[in-house]
Amino acid sequence: MILSDGGRTIEAAVPLVKVDNLSVDFKTRNGIVHAVRDVSFELMKGKTLGIVGESGSGKSVTSYALMRILDAAGYIAGGRVRFSSIDIGAATEAEMRDLRGREISMVFQSPRLALNPIRKVGHQIEDVLRQHLQASAANARQKAIEALRHVRINNPEERYHSYPFELSGGMCQRIVIALALACRPQLMIADEPTTGLDVTTQKAVMDLMADLTREHGMATILITHDLGLAASYCDDLIVMKDGEVVESAPAEVLFKAPRHPYTRKLIRATPHGTGTIRELLPEDSPLANRPVPASPKSAEHKTTPILAVKNLVKEYPMKASAARRRGEPAPVFRAVDDISFSVGHGESVGLVGESGCGKSTISAMAMRLLDPTSGSIVFQGQDIGAIPAGRFATSEQRPRLQMVFQDPTDSLNPRFSAARSIADPIRRMGKLGSARAIAERVEQLAELVGFPAHLLDRFPHQLSGGQKARVGIARAIAVDPALLVLDEPTAALDVSVQAVVLNLLVDLRARLNMSYLFVSHDLSVVRLLCDRVIVMKQGRIGEQGDCETVLEHPTNPYTKALIEAIPHPNF
Amino acid sequence: MKHTEIAIDPFAASVAPEPAPAPDAGPPLRPHGAPAGRPSLSLARHLVYVLKSNPMTLVASVLFVVMLLAAVFGPVLAPYNPLKSEAAAALQPPSFSHWFGTDDLGRDVFSRVLVATRLDLTIALAAVAISFVLGSIVGSLAGYYGGWIDKITGRIIDTIMAFPLFVLAMGIVAALGNSVENIVYATAIVNLPFYARMARAEVNVRRDAGFVQAAKLSGNTDLRALATQIFPNALPPMMVQISLNLGWAILNAAGLSFIGLGVNPPTPEWGIMVAEGARFIVSGEWWLALLPGAVLMLAVFTFNMLGDGLRDLVDPRQRT
Repeated sequence: MILSDGGRTIEAAVPLVKVDNLSVDFKTRNGIVHAVRDVSFELMKGKTLGIVGESGSGKSVTSYALMRILDAAGYIAGGRVRFSSIDIGAATEAEMRDLRGREISMVFQSPRLALNPIRKVGHQIEDVLRQHLQASAANARQKAIEALRHVRINNPEERYHSYPFELSGGMCQRIVIALALACRPQLMIADEPTTGLDVTTQKAVMDLMADLTREHGMATILITHDLGLAASYCDDLIVMKDGEVVESAPAEVLFKAPRHPYTRKLIRATPHGTGTIRELLPEDSPLANRPVPASPKSAEHKTTPILAVKNLVKEYPMKASAARRRGEPAPVFRAVDDISFSVGHGESVGLVGESGCGKSTISAMAMRLLDPTSGSIVFQGQDIGAIPAGRFATSEQRPRLQMVFQDPTDSLNPRFSAARSIADPIRRMGKLGSARAIAERVEQLAELVGFPAHLLDRFPHQLSGGQKARVGIARAIAVDPALLVLDEPTAALDVSVQAVVLNLLVDLRARLNMSYLFVSHDLSVVRLLCDRVIVMKQGRIGEQGDCETVLEHPTNPYTKALIEAIPHPNF
Repeated sequence: MKHTEIAIDPFAASVAPEPAPAPDAGPPLRPHGAPAGRPSLSLARHLVYVLKSNPMTLVASVLFVVMLLAAVFGPVLAPYNPLKSEAAAALQPPSFSHWFGTDDLGRDVFSRVLVATRLDLTIALAAVAISFVLGSIVGSLAGYYGGWIDKITGRIIDTIMAFPLFVLAMGIVAALGNSVENIVYATAIVNLPFYARMARAEVNVRRDAGFVQAAKLSGNTDLRALATQIFPNALPPMMVQISLNLGWAILNAAGLSFIGLGVNPPTPEWGIMVAEGARFIVSGEWWLALLPGAVLMLAVFTFNMLGDGLRDLVDPRQRT
């Protein structure tokens, strides 16, 4: 809109960022890839724009093009990017250097990678200030401490001297935000700023960012895969898919009345505290209307649990030199502190907590990958805790206890094809002799988890995240386990893929009569899959009970904080 | 952003987790040059790709094949008997009848160089094979178990590394006796630390990887997981080390012969030929030292160039 006031254009009506038909191409080994096609949007001063999309949608590339920090292989193939009065496509490299950090700054996905690990955080903030002539040698230190205080870091004078490894993930992200805001930029681009952070930390960081941008009158672009998060914190939203914008609208409109089917699918796939697991799937999916199979609880479910953990403790020695000098026993860190719980036959139990609460340590001990310091692990009536982890691989209970890992990429051997990964447990523990029988079983498993048979020859790097997750699940169920530990099986996946995988897990549980121990940080996901939930904090059980009861009426303040931190828009 | 994120998710085509193969999956998606069917076929295809994409590897591979042929058929192909002296034809410069000239005893230098290929390659390959196998075992165990195994092997390796390597090799050959076998052992011992350290580092970073835990859940014992799952992942960087070491091992063997240790005259060997020819450079008979030296250099060059190609060949991630 062009308004004129006595011949002068009103400044407020001029967008800070204006992107017209932006296209970005990448030159690769297999030819040119059109990563971003024909993207247009504008952003006013003081507004927050959310770019939402799943991996590979081109949302990050779009923002990199704004700052012109594309890889060597990438280039702006068409369209125009204007930042206030500057044509980003035509600016010289020197102009861009000056712009980056001072006018446009960026908050990256992984705060630990964005910070220099061997430099004090205070010095890193000083570097940015001095680079852009915002501070002199005399007052840099004081300004850096001010910047730290600004992002609400306690004891900024002390923290000034900290190295990144001494700080938690949330603190590191605050430092990165302090770096980004140090020069009072007009535009801040936050690329998945809270992925990898706990929900309560995520809430704190996002609230901080929202407050600061309001205070400074800055414009913000928030890039995220989490539609709930974007809708909670943004004014306008753009949904991207395969490098194109499929829908753009004010957040409330888009969230309440999505027009494009892809947006609808995304909104459905985001777990939001109500509804069944089937409601995560797209409406037209053949599974969406099928009833959710109940957990295969049997009559003996209450009386004899399949897994009973009693007084489980895992201690790790801490730095002991000082204590040893004084002749005291070495101090220990209790990662798991006297935990007791049980999983019934056919029951699904969720183990929820934030990073460092000991939930993964428990699952590793229950899986007999790690030896407990004390306590017992009784599985199907046998105390398997007494068998050392090193010898458990050849135990007859090994096939009965299997696990699906958090990171589908890390948990597949990069040198093994999908078929070989699935076949490995069958070769070691299955009773099938011939190569032919094994191959048939692998194909059967692939079919069971919905993995296309023609992809079985592929190596992990040739598969998508969802396909790798299916290979991991197929491998875990290959030898008919009775108990499956799921360690954040969908944490690394896009929401739409997560929806499909969760539904697959529900169906498999009923079909193969398995019990699940579902380890997760996400209460809204646990609710969909589990009968009972155990909330953990700092190695201890905070609260446990029926999923519905715990989620609807939490008694523990920590559980309440966890539930409140789940991002959900207020409209 | 990396290209991996741009790759269009083929998963999107088969969203339905139907037990039956997804009907909407469409035609099989296959990236360019993806392994199709049998692994041997895909390896061959990958070999072609590696050679095409890196011309230096192609050159090095051709030279390597030529060297292998010379090693196998050298004695048959040699135009003259490499040991037969002919006083009348002594110290002739290169000509059509004697490509590399003749030495002070009238022996054909080209025939001697050709026949020597087998001995030099055997020494190098045997030495590298021994140090690769032993070094990998020692290094993998140290990297996987840590603790006292790591400490003991680490200190032994440090001790070996503390000597100037060539001097150590000289000492070993001098102590064990002058024979081809002992050159092989000496070269192997001197090279062992490189493999042990590399294997240790590569195994150590993967010790707690998800796929290793998954392997244990699949019923693999620690040792089996180490041998079949972790160690193969250390191969790509080891391959580069092997090829660099092959070149170095040839130089080492030639160097030992040059100073009079190891292979005894009149056995044709590149190092001895350079050593014997060096006496005649002052008097103008350059071909005696220079041409065997050039072949030696070419061999070392070949192995050094081969490294990158070998690494790409054993790394399935390169097969995209």
